[in-house]
Amino acid sequence: MASEKKFEPTNPTLKWVEDRLPIMGLIYSSLGAGYSAPRNLNYWWNFGVLAGFMMMVQIITGIVLAMHYVPNIELAFDSVQHIRRDVNYGWLIQAIHANGASMFFIVVYVHILRGFYFGSYKSPREILWFLGIIIYLIMMATGFMGYVLPWGQMSFWGAKVITSLFSAFDFIPFIGGGIVEWLRGGFSVGQPTLNRFYSLHYLLPFVLVGVVILHVWALHIPGSTNPLGIDAKGPYDKIPFHPYYTAKDAFGLGVFIIFFAGFVFYMPDFLGHPDNYIKANPLVTPEHIVPEWYYLPFYAILRVIPDKLMGVVAMFSSILILFAMPWLDGARIRSMQFRPLSKFFFWIFVVNGLFLGFLGQKPTTDIMMGVEALLLAQLSTAYYFGYFIVIMPLVSRMETTKPVPTSIAAAVLDANKKG
Amino acid sequence: MTTHDDVVEERRNFLYIATTAAGAVAAGAAVWPLVDQMNPSKDVLALSSIDVDLSAIAVGQSAVFLWRGNPVFVRHRTAEEITEAQADDNSEDLIDPEIDADRVQKPEWLIMSGVCTHLGCVPLDQKGDFGGWYCPCHGSHYDISGRIRKGPAPTNLPVMDYVFLDDTTVKIG
Repeated sequence: MASEKKFEPTNPTLKWVEDRLPIMGLIYSSLGAGYSAPRNLNYWWNFGVLAGFMMMVQIITGIVLAMHYVPNIELAFDSVQHIRRDVNYGWLIQAIHANGASMFFIVVYVHILRGFYFGSYKSPREILWFLGIIIYLIMMATGFMGYVLPWGQMSFWGAKVITSLFSAFDFIPFIGGGIVEWLRGGFSVGQPTLNRFYSLHYLLPFVLVGVVILHVWALHIPGSTNPLGIDAKGPYDKIPFHPYYTAKDAFGLGVFIIFFAGFVFYMPDFLGHPDNYIKANPLVTPEHIVPEWYYLPFYAILRVIPDKLMGVVAMFSSILILFAMPWLDGARIRSMQFRPLSKFFFWIFVVNGLFLGFLGQKPTTDIMMGVEALLLAQLSTAYYFGYFIVIMPLVSRMETTKPVPTSIAAAVLDANKKG
Repeated sequence: MTTHDDVVEERRNFLYIATTAAGAVAAGAAVWPLVDQMNPSKDVLALSSIDVDLSAIAVGQSAVFLWRGNPVFVRHRTAEEITEAQADDNSEDLIDPEIDADRVQKPEWLIMSGVCTHLGCVPLDQKGDFGGWYCPCHGSHYDISGRIRKGPAPTNLPVMDYVFLDDTTVKIG
């Protein structure tokens, strides 16, 4: 099982506490020497810890920003400028929070794709995977509402477009007609909308913490997967999380913080949009409206279907389809290291996802490579869904796989001999 | 045969169901205020109408007014535009067929919502393939009667209630 060693404090005070509330033992067996992890985890396994780190960074900087921010449509825009210019270290804290959202999404995207490649969603980790999707959905909602708070042009029109998405469901009896006005608290996006988004933007991160705790709990039932995708069979396949992986994670964290600091100190506005430095104006839509980069692939999917309802359904489906992955993928082997064809289609999926994101920030009427961007986006969306609905079920069941090592220890020792 | 125990059990089952049902109703009643508080408040609903002075809008000109937080388009249409709008009444590319006469009280004054029926952006005046409005967000084209002709928007720009108070003043809402 996940934890072999028990926490046994020798200090009498610690022992007194531990006997009454075994909280140190809980930490010891989840992130300490009491949790043994497969001995072959590579740097792709850093990103879960990095995501946890970013969540804490966002919560801490967010609480501080809330001490200076004013959720009022007349004052919100100016209060953000006040934070950036007048508040002591406000420039730093605001830049960390604004860029931190992007960093959080970067590490989570890598973490999700790590799961794709190494089959982390496969039995017995389905619930772990579902909790991950729920975390991602909460992140999207939180990120969106946070982006509205500075009350710039992109904030306002982003809020208007996203809340309008729900008018696609107007055909539903009883709840349909007023759902958009219910979300906004008015006929347009305005003071009630800003106020409730602020309230929810403060609440949801703590809901996120709750789901993350469940995610880590579910992880510790079977333990981590590993690059080979085979189950750890005995003690020779595992090493204690502390000090081995705490050290490895700390090194990865250091490298990541350098990357993060590059944005915060040298290009704090690179990931933002200049239109958000114009105060919200309900009479003028920006000429070219785009969401934050981390939503672009889904925005591209929304736009490719000329029908409003179907566009919205396609966009939501593109994320909800992740719930079906444990069953769409019928392979008996987890890791794509031993599934060459799956690996090939996976990398096309990654490139295709980046391309969808690129298309999401282009007007659909742009001409690229001699054809309309809309057509390219349609082909790209077809691959996105085709990957899940056609390629994954068929390839995973029909592919001839490479031989899988008998144990983690055998594979590691074998590699060392060759090395 | 019905024993004493059976009767007790039956009574107890009834009590379970009755308690659960009453609890469910109470929970629903407690949740409703929490849900309904998100609906537009009374002061928001009270902002019901604005008066617009039309005398400043020349023929061939459009103006935008803010009504209930959303833009309203007022266009003083030219004779050619009216002819064009009426000529398109039976056009086959009307996604949401409607005749021009049903969309105006006086043909020279087109008064309608300025909110794209796709996802709520404000369409640009005198742009697009049909000489009316064009929404820059997702490419919906509206004609000179505000009818959707091309693009993802499902319906025409809605015409709200309005009355002409006199020749140059209109009350919107």
